[in-house]
Amino acid sequence: MAHFTKATSVKDWLNQRLAIEKVEKVMASEYWIPKNINFLWAMGMVLAITFGLLLVSGIFLLMYYQPHVDTAFDSVNFTIMREVEFGWLWRHIHGVAASVVFLVIYIHMFTGIYYGSYKKGREMIWISGMLLFVTFSAEAFSGYMLPWGQMSYWAGMVITNIFSLGDLHLDGLVEWIRGDYVPGQAFLNRFFMLHVLLLPLAIVGLIGLHFASLRIPHVNNQDGEEIDFDAEAKKYLSGDKKGSKVIRFANDFMSKDLMVVGIFLIFLFYLVFFHYSFALDPINFDPADGLKTPDHIYPEWYFLWSYEILRPFPVNIGLVAFGFAQVIFMLLPFLDRSPNAVPASRRGLFNIWFWVLLIDMIILTAMGKLPPEGIFSTIGLIAALLFIALWVALPFITKNEKKV
Amino acid sequence: MKNKEPLILAVVIFFSLVTYWLVEPYAHGQMHKHVESQNFAYADLPALTKTGDASRGQELVMGAGACVGCHSIEKAGFASTMDPVDAASAYGVNPPDLSDAGAVYDAKFLAELIKNPAHALKVEHKFDPAAGVMHPMVPFYGAGGDIDQETADMVAYLQSIAVSQADLTPKMAYDNACGRCHALKYENWTQLGDNPSFKEKKDDLAYQVKVLEYQDHLAAYMGKLPPDLSSYYRSRSVDFLKTFIENPQNHLEGTAMPRVGVTAVAAEKVIEHLADAGDTKRHERESVGIKVLGFLVIFAIFAFLWKKQVWRDLH
Amino acid sequence: MHDNSRRGFMGKAFGAVAGIGAVGSLVAMKKSWDPLPSVKAAGFTTLDMSNYKEGVLVTEKWRGKPIFVLKKTAAMLAKQTDSQKARDIVVGGDHYMVAIGLCTHLGCIPAYNAADESFLCACHGGMFDWSGEVTKVPPPRGFDIPPFKIEGNTMVLGEVGPEYQKMKDDGVTL
Repeated sequence: MAHFTKATSVKDWLNQRLAIEKVEKVMASEYWIPKNINFLWAMGMVLAITFGLLLVSGIFLLMYYQPHVDTAFDSVNFTIMREVEFGWLWRHIHGVAASVVFLVIYIHMFTGIYYGSYKKGREMIWISGMLLFVTFSAEAFSGYMLPWGQMSYWAGMVITNIFSLGDLHLDGLVEWIRGDYVPGQAFLNRFFMLHVLLLPLAIVGLIGLHFASLRIPHVNNQDGEEIDFDAEAKKYLSGDKKGSKVIRFANDFMSKDLMVVGIFLIFLFYLVFFHYSFALDPINFDPADGLKTPDHIYPEWYFLWSYEILRPFPVNIGLVAFGFAQVIFMLLPFLDRSPNAVPASRRGLFNIWFWVLLIDMIILTAMGKLPPEGIFSTIGLIAALLFIALWVALPFITKNEKKV
Repeated sequence: MKNKEPLILAVVIFFSLVTYWLVEPYAHGQMHKHVESQNFAYADLPALTKTGDASRGQELVMGAGACVGCHSIEKAGFASTMDPVDAASAYGVNPPDLSDAGAVYDAKFLAELIKNPAHALKVEHKFDPAAGVMHPMVPFYGAGGDIDQETADMVAYLQSIAVSQADLTPKMAYDNACGRCHALKYENWTQLGDNPSFKEKKDDLAYQVKVLEYQDHLAAYMGKLPPDLSSYYRSRSVDFLKTFIENPQNHLEGTAMPRVGVTAVAAEKVIEHLADAGDTKRHERESVGIKVLGFLVIFAIFAFLWKKQVWRDLH
Repeated sequence: MHDNSRRGFMGKAFGAVAGIGAVGSLVAMKKSWDPLPSVKAAGFTTLDMSNYKEGVLVTEKWRGKPIFVLKKTAAMLAKQTDSQKARDIVVGGDHYMVAIGLCTHLGCIPAYNAADESFLCACHGGMFDWSGEVTKVPPPRGFDIPPFKIEGNTMVLGEVGPEYQKMKDDGVTL
């Protein structure tokens, strides 16, 4: 039993019982971040804020949403959009933030790839981050089911059909996932459960892991320099703030973060109020009809690159390629055989690899949206093959990389 | 150390905008070909050559024209003779009341409609006299005089009793031009009209059965039930709605939906009513949006000033 | 160092602006919690007063709440006090007790004992008489009377008629 003395203040009382001063130092004022960073380092906080917006807007949607095939559509488009005060606001925030969060996730991911922030002790940061990407993808998919519009239904139909695994014809598995022969009440209710409870819990847990994985290796910096954090912290605390290579998380790093967040929020809310149909797809404003597939069917933009890798091939090959695409990013720390943890600009062939990958994924994204006809399907096929080739080539490119 | 942030920002914005452009404007342009609007000129219909006389028109409408045999004209004291469900059973759809037809529909269109309904409505692919399939509306073959003069008179009469263009509300335009085929759940409208409220559940259910019976007749007549339009303002662009109303064949070749022949003004009001149904809070969204964005600009400025202060002794 | 106090000021100022945003968000959130217009839209129940039997309590429904309707017997009418008369509702020559069937203490439905001509609330033992007045605490006041309008031999609950308005003005019901 620890020794407790009479408290001299509220702060002292809490300190004796919860060590709040120590916690504050460890988590905030003496959590050291490199000074040599740019605004891309703020994407983590931008994601946290966006996730927070999704949670809060989701709470108010949850008050009125009805997870029943007969009433779901109207509970969203009539009750929430017309009857609930500011219901339209929560719906717009939720839909737009769900789309924009993936833009920020991709920026955050590619920042990590560019600066080598997945190497030399930071592999768990990368892996926990990729697990978050997968969980966010599942969360987005399950959420998209809920309005029970035409896209909800047909996305549900198509994505669950993937699990029949082509010629393996695992129809029983597909029916088990759906809880029925086709997406119906059972399907809607269980994806509601996933979206509202299970996946958010998993996300929160993974965010905890992601933050934890940052502590020992510390946040990376623009030059990939290995910093002696203890020495630099000492320099800072002794008064040489200008000379030190590190800054406090709170308030140094946070004040810069919040500035970026401020600008981000202007961008986000401009979209929420004035430019939202990229996120609130018109086709999903038709109620679900199991007897009519829309003329144009496509997933949300952030799934398009992945969708396009599946599309150009015969079903079995396509499924293998698709599976490959989902997993391959996770393996990046182990496929990159070079010891250099520096920005891509200093890594010769890897730099080319990086930009080709980025452009290839944009091409895949575009082709995934376009009708799979003529020149579009040809370009899509080439882009899909290039994607696979890039990842196969990575170990070879990096093995022979000159040590920096 | 050179500040690379402007370049980095430019690169991020560039790739984001390129992706956006490809996925949204470009792709949607590839998926939906643009149709040019005629602005409801109805160029395929002959221009009106005669000036109509409303009082002669009234005689014709009540008499030789035989319009009131099927059409009620509440404003002229001619109530409906048939229950809407029975009318739908007989004609496929309930013939519209003509009180405001003169304001909702284009004059050229009305003149042609009276003489040759299937042609004016652009449903000749379905109602072909040569094949023996007649449109439920009987054409007017003339009352012995100049048929163009007679139709011009009847149109003039309808225009004389109709509400003025300025007084035509979005709801009136919709109910008249679209409401007998398209329900609008979110505005409490079915093909039978505004939903009455009932005290007894029994009466409520009985009314719902009537609506379903009407819809059955309508679906049999049209081939399938015309869709409820409550969310159409969000699921279709204004451009699409305008060119669709102007001529359904523009977007749905071979459709059974007639060209309804509304005036440009009435079409605008119909679309406004659809907006009221499917995007009710649009005005509030815009006004709240301006205020929120204003606040966020201030927020960003204060965040910037705080950052500047904190970083003064860090650089 | 006056830098610190300036930074402190800017930080506090930024915090205040953020606080304004938080308050605005809370206002919007509070409004989202409000009852919906379709709920607030008045519900009406019409009671056909020609079918009630003297001394028999019938429970109707209005806006989801139970409504006690008790047609008073001649014996009851004979012993009516002034305060009981103030609660009396007359329709088509007959006298009724019409009230919201919820105990004014904490909202349970009291049970009617026809032999005793009294109501007993099982939750905390409160009691009311056949006219709706309190005979045993803890209920703080007699049964509340719903807004009503007499139309011929019917009563429309949810609409305000002159008799109800008078009861309200006289403080007979809330």
